[in-house]
Amino acid sequence: MGKTVAEKILSLASGKDAYAGDIVIARVDAAMAHDGTALLAIEAFNEMGGRSLWDPSKVVLVIDHVAPSATESFSKVHKAMREFACIHGANLYDAGSGICHQLMVESGLVYPGALVVGADSHTCTYGALGAFATGIGSTEMAAVFMSGKLWFRVPETLLVEVSGSLPPMILPKDVILKVVGMVGADGATYKAVEFCGPTVKAMSIDGRLTLCNMAVEMGAKTGIIEADKKVIDYLTSLGVKYGIELRSDEDAEFSGKISLDVSDLEPQVACPHSVDNVRPVSEVEGIEVNQVFLGSCTNGRLEDLRVAAEILRGKSVKRGVRMIVAPASRSIYLQALKEGLIEVFVRAGCIVCNPGCGPCAGAHQGILAPNEVCLSTSNRNFKGRMGSVDAEIYLASPATAAATALEGKITDPRRLLKS
Amino acid sequence: MSAKIVGRVWKFGDDINTDLIIAGKYKLSITNIDELAKHAMEALIPNFAERVKRGDIIVAGRNFGCGSSREQAPLVLKHIGIGAVIAESFARIFYRNAINIGLPAIECRDTSRILDGDILEVNLLEGYVKNLTRNEIYSIKPIPPALLEILASGGLVNYVKKYGRLPW
Ligand code: SF4
Repeated sequence: MGKTVAEKILSLASGKDAYAGDIVIARVDAAMAHDGTALLAIEAFNEMGGRSLWDPSKVVLVIDHVAPSATESFSKVHKAMREFACIHGANLYDAGSGICHQLMVESGLVYPGALVVGADSHTCTYGALGAFATGIGSTEMAAVFMSGKLWFRVPETLLVEVSGSLPPMILPKDVILKVVGMVGADGATYKAVEFCGPTVKAMSIDGRLTLCNMAVEMGAKTGIIEADKKVIDYLTSLGVKYGIELRSDEDAEFSGKISLDVSDLEPQVACPHSVDNVRPVSEVEGIEVNQVFLGSCTNGRLEDLRVAAEILRGKSVKRGVRMIVAPASRSIYLQALKEGLIEVFVRAGCIVCNPGCGPCAGAHQGILAPNEVCLSTSNRNFKGRMGSVDAEIYLASPATAAATALEGKITDPRRLLKS
Repeated sequence: MSAKIVGRVWKFGDDINTDLIIAGKYKLSITNIDELAKHAMEALIPNFAERVKRGDIIVAGRNFGCGSSREQAPLVLKHIGIGAVIAESFARIFYRNAINIGLPAIECRDTSRILDGDILEVNLLEGYVKNLTRNEIYSIKPIPPALLEILASGGLVNYVKKYGRLPW
């Protein structure tokens, strides 16, 4: 019987002929923890008597959630991470490098066929490069640090087929918001979600990463896209040699299939307080906002910054609205500088933060007060996520975010096309 | 973990995410577990941590523990004395984390029959939940033996301490 990409990778990594439902012990190709999860992993590693890492070159620690540190207790966490990385020879990306998931993608440790674990739920992002990547907890991360192995349940795969060409101002983020709204917050629990179809094929790597990033918002274990020539070219540009084309077999078994034609798709907005509460922008237009955030592991990449800068160029963010921009990595930041995008943001009145999670995790750089409203390009709008439990978070694309910042209220970016 | 857990039910709905269990702003600012645990579930039930008695049981609907991968979520629940979490389904990272820190996470289709304040008896080895208040018995999805062993040791760290090796 044929296999899905998920079944192929877990078979390879476990040395078993594995199919959905099997529980396998597999060796992992890379492991990542960040400043929100690493301390518990380090403590568990020490408590379990861990002496050395199974392969220091494959262990990555990232300081990105509260970077640079905003509190003394976080400074201690960062210090412990630096010491651990130094003692054991692990890779450390210190404050200012960027968001863990973007750094993993740029690091060369993620490639088609790789099995990657991260102590963060959005580890599923890397499926855009044809890897099987999934979030795990801190204690089991400590076990991975020691052994390089972990148990996995081989997931069923839900196929999401997207067709039609994206209309102007409609972005991959609108596609994934639409899909999350259709599938629901637990519609793909324990499953792999594989995105396919001509629209996905036509998308850039940046756009594909946005799709896979939000797979977990449907409960999925991971998002996956077949590794095609575009992936290999991208990896080659990074100097990575492990590019192989990888796709699900024709006769593989899928647990279900969802089809979506995006030819007439409107900009989508996820409304408070759940990610699957998705509506077309026309239903929420006019809601006033206090803050707009452009960034995160969902939408802090170059393409996202370009789209937003194009809308903001020569204009000003509405008085009274704070627009915060945080590039997802240092290399994106540098490229944005080169292209003049950062200047566009600063002239428009945006606050440009260092690469990192910014206000996404609700710990610094833009915490919401009670009754404030934020429109964010990130991936979660849970109550209390970005500050007060009485604040409201709307999720949308970089284009909708930029248009909203100009108008001070939720705005359909297509309106700016006409004027 | 003992084979039998008896406790009062705290009932919750569907999609209880990890930000509701313990908000990110606390997770990211308080690293002391005693302090952190005081805020468990507070967005849903004020002073929840103080009101819970050792062995009490959380019962919820679908997708319990969705959202961020924070292990602090099951940790604070265990820390304030929750003896088990029973839900119709769990988000997978929460489920893994709960087992790894020694908090029984039990899948049961009948959670809608269980009400706030009921007294339950959970038997993990024999695989049932008994509602002592309503005199009903519900079956549960069996926990794989390897994971039961981790639970029985009180989590992965204690397992390694006990056996001197990882389970794999
Ligand atoms: S950007 Fe937000 S969602 Fe992404 S890793 Fe950082 S905190 Fe998590």
